[in-house]
Amino acid sequence: MILKGAEIITQVLIEEGVDTVFGYPGGSVLDLYDALYMHRDQITHYITAHEQGASHAADGYARATGKTGVVISTSGPGATNLVTGIATAYMDSVPLVALTGNVSTSLIGRDSFQEVFITGITMPITKHNFIVRRVEDLADTLRKAFAIAQEGRKGPVLVDLPKDVMQNSCEFTPKTPVAPKLHEAEESAVAAAAALINESKRPLLYFGGGVQQSGAGEELRALIEKADIPACYTLMAAGVLGYGERNNLGLLGMHGCFTSNKAADQADLILAVGTRFSDRVALNTQKFGRNAKILHMDIDPSEVGKNVRADASVVGDIKDALTKLLPLVSPAVHEEWHEAIDEWKKQDYTPTDSETTLKPHQVIGAICDIAGENALYVTDVGQHQMWAAQYIRHTQPRHFLTSGGLGTMGYGYGASIGARIATGKDNRAMPVVHITSDGSFHMNMNEACTAVSYNLPIISVIMNNAVLGMVRQWQTVFYGKRYSASEPERKTDFAKVAEGFGAKGYRCTTLEEFRAAFAEAMKQTGPVWIECVIDREERVLPMIPAGGTVDDIIMN
Amino acid sequence: MNKRYLSVLVDNHAGVLARVSSLFCQRGFNIDSLTVSATDDPTVSRITIACQGDETTYDQILKQTRKLVETRAILSLDPSVSLLRELLLLKVACDEPTRGALRDVAAIYKAKIIDLSPGSMVMELTGEPDKIDNFIKLIAADHEILEMCRTGVTALERGPVRYKLD
Repeated sequence: MILKGAEIITQVLIEEGVDTVFGYPGGSVLDLYDALYMHRDQITHYITAHEQGASHAADGYARATGKTGVVISTSGPGATNLVTGIATAYMDSVPLVALTGNVSTSLIGRDSFQEVFITGITMPITKHNFIVRRVEDLADTLRKAFAIAQEGRKGPVLVDLPKDVMQNSCEFTPKTPVAPKLHEAEESAVAAAAALINESKRPLLYFGGGVQQSGAGEELRALIEKADIPACYTLMAAGVLGYGERNNLGLLGMHGCFTSNKAADQADLILAVGTRFSDRVALNTQKFGRNAKILHMDIDPSEVGKNVRADASVVGDIKDALTKLLPLVSPAVHEEWHEAIDEWKKQDYTPTDSETTLKPHQVIGAICDIAGENALYVTDVGQHQMWAAQYIRHTQPRHFLTSGGLGTMGYGYGASIGARIATGKDNRAMPVVHITSDGSFHMNMNEACTAVSYNLPIISVIMNNAVLGMVRQWQTVFYGKRYSASEPERKTDFAKVAEGFGAKGYRCTTLEEFRAAFAEAMKQTGPVWIECVIDREERVLPMIPAGGTVDDIIMN
Repeated sequence: MNKRYLSVLVDNHAGVLARVSSLFCQRGFNIDSLTVSATDDPTVSRITIACQGDETTYDQILKQTRKLVETRAILSLDPSVSLLRELLLLKVACDEPTRGALRDVAAIYKAKIIDLSPGSMVMELTGEPDKIDNFIKLIAADHEILEMCRTGVTALERGPVRYKLD
């Protein structure tokens, strides 16, 4: 059948199983929005306050579901406003397809109104990008974009769509999408990995977002149990293992616990699974795992040996690799190793409760009590993010969404919107709790209007210490308390602003007030903001300075 | 720092070169020379890159370049079994008394004199990068170089091997 380009786009979206898109209209995408209008019963479009919010929403949607998030923007500023969201998704390997309008092909390259070279701009922050110059290439290019986003190591793909390409028509033949190719782990590499595990006396499993991406939580747990391997995780894998499990040591890295970092230092084998030795984990690439052989398992071959040497590697899909590995590892018990670890656990940092002031860990403890096991958490970036990672009693994969690699302040509200839409709009079934701070929240709080428009019950807990806490913490420790630009003295009345947007707002200064406000928020059918007034001297502990080892850990 | 040569076979699309060079730039891989050329397959271009780096850096160069969607094959060329060639155009100031000396050097190196104008001579030389370096050094020792242009390395492996496309 002969179809208009814009109609072809909606047809391919439907083919790919897309029923939810996020975006913001504009001149160059009017044809696409017209086609979306015609298909509004099949594809729901959510308009945000700002394209950045839409890009984070598509990202949050993708992280919560594992499906590909889709975001649409117009040309020029619409497209550039997506950049932070695309880079965020790229750094955390989130499958995303960004569709940007562009000026008509005859106007490209003439500095036309709202023209920007977005494929050039996004080249280093996408897995791949395309500009479609002929309507005949449109359908297959879009299909390729979806395939690339989900294939191998996932990530964002951008397709730039000149206006005339969406207005022109051509023959359209429907196709069924093919499942992405499985990257199989090589048997010989798996066997070598098993041999290393079997001879290890002090093994440590260190796993990251790749486990979540390939849905390998069960296989990971089976390996941990069979070979008795203590495990620690990165920010990207919070929730994959249950909070109370004996072999779950906790978060690793700069703000990870003492036990995890000490175990990484003392292990004789580090089994790194679906992770990339980022500088927030392997703070000192020369000394990380200095007593260990390093066995790296990842789907992306370029990660092996990139940051830290690997003594052995298994390249492939983590679920496939772990499934093949499991029968080859011998059942083991590492009692001496556990005894050492149990001793370290006694030295772990424990925050002190307060009766009079709001303490971050108590706020998060109260959230977990009231929100229950099924809650999905989204954070922004900074101190509150680390407190959330440290103190949320995570229980489920895909229930902790955070910008790990790029560290995008302002990620949280958009991502919460995406996650809320992905998981149904009911706090009773699954609360979506957005843990944020005054610094991060000020960046994109405008998305409250989106949450109000669509009746999205999102509970934003704003840890307000009136300063840029993480920046200030570094200035305290490393810059002689010279608080340059980190104490903005804002006077925002969050409860009033919330009301102005049509949301509900609370302000709390005690734990009792907070519990009451949060319980109230759980009953709401729309967005709620809860401002928690905390002390500006609150720090994230423990902390290992950049480039340091567990020997440099700061515990108080 | 070792000299490295790689041959990257890529889709013959607009923008591929930008993608490859953007990757090198972002990751801090230094390029000594880069050439793009047609191959016997009209859908495929060959990018030949000469670069320097330690083992780890080079390993990353190979892996990151291989990851590009438009990369169809990548070969690390071992110079001992490869043919590396470069073309040089060298414009040298010359007058009648120096012309003879220049002609001697050209003859020894099998360089061609392709232009002789009042006050200058242009020589063309094809060869391995080392040979070109030496030739330039020799000329520069006694003569004034006015301009020069090197094409960068282009290379093939010896023997009946042929790349396999992804």
